[in-house]
Amino acid sequence: MTVKDFVQHCGYRILSCADRADKTEITGVYVCDLLSMAMARVKDGELWVTVHTNINIVAVACLTNASCVVIPENIEVEEQTVNKAAEKGVIIVQSPHTSYEICINYHLKKSESGNG
Amino acid sequence: MSSIIKKEYDIPANDFSLAGEASSNVRKLLTQLGVYPTVIKRTSIAMYEAELNVVIHGNGGKARVEIFEDKIEILVYDEGPGIEDIELAMKEGYSTAPDFIREMGFGAGMGLSNIKKNSDRFVLESEPNKGTRVYITIYLY
Ligand SMILES: Nc1ncnc2c1ncn2[C@@H]1O[C@H](COP(=O)(O)OP(=O)(O)O)[C@@H](O)[C@H]1O
Ligand SMILES: [Mg+2]
Repeated sequence: MTVKDFVQHCGYRILSCADRADKTEITGVYVCDLLSMAMARVKDGELWVTVHTNINIVAVACLTNASCVVIPENIEVEEQTVNKAAEKGVIIVQSPHTSYEICINYHLKKSESGNG
Repeated sequence: MSSIIKKEYDIPANDFSLAGEASSNVRKLLTQLGVYPTVIKRTSIAMYEAELNVVIHGNGGKARVEIFEDKIEILVYDEGPGIEDIELAMKEGYSTAPDFIREMGFGAGMGLSNIKKNSDRFVLESEPNKGTRVYITIYLY
């Protein structure tokens, strides 16, 4: 499943690097708001869910090779962060759902594509 | 043996718009050199944590990166307040980061252990009121 597949399926909004969404494969999900923990645990290609919207999420996503960062509950993302993400090639996605619902949606979509 | 590539980076204090810039540059460089992705990731994580410690705790400093045929050597150093009890600082969960730093997602107290886990060799030298030096070695193969 690519970032585009997932985002379109769920009706989420891409804030940066939308042009890369159909070329970026999601390999799993990691949820955490401690940056050092995410830094240590996000595996290549994973979708990372965090409530943080400050500029540092871009470095974490970039250095861990996360497929994208998903911000839950329509939390506003700082312009500085979006600009930095665009510069570094990091896809940021905004979702109206909670972190829990984002995970469920990923799981459902994955099971569905796995069967088809 | 002399290094193939040598780079120096300034790490400004308390500037989060630039925090991670040095590690990000090194990541790019290693990617261009065709270094194994797993080695790039370990180097990125270790260097990012060291860099952020200099931004958050060390009042700014510098990083020196040397790439040899078989390894990467990184020194991240500052002349900040230093660390009183290194053993305590190394403990996962220990952090002196203030609230506004924690609100940004830092201050998990996992930085130093992340560096150690991702390095093949890790040396931390620090003296109160003198500064802190973190030496990281990562083998390329
Ligand atoms: N460069 C540094 N200068 C001064 N103190 C430092 C430095 N690096 C680490 N420390 C001290 O060691 C503690 C643990 O560091 P670390 O494991 O990276 O956790 P964190 O940065 O999340 O607090 C810090 O909270 C700080 O007290
Ligand atoms: Mg730290």
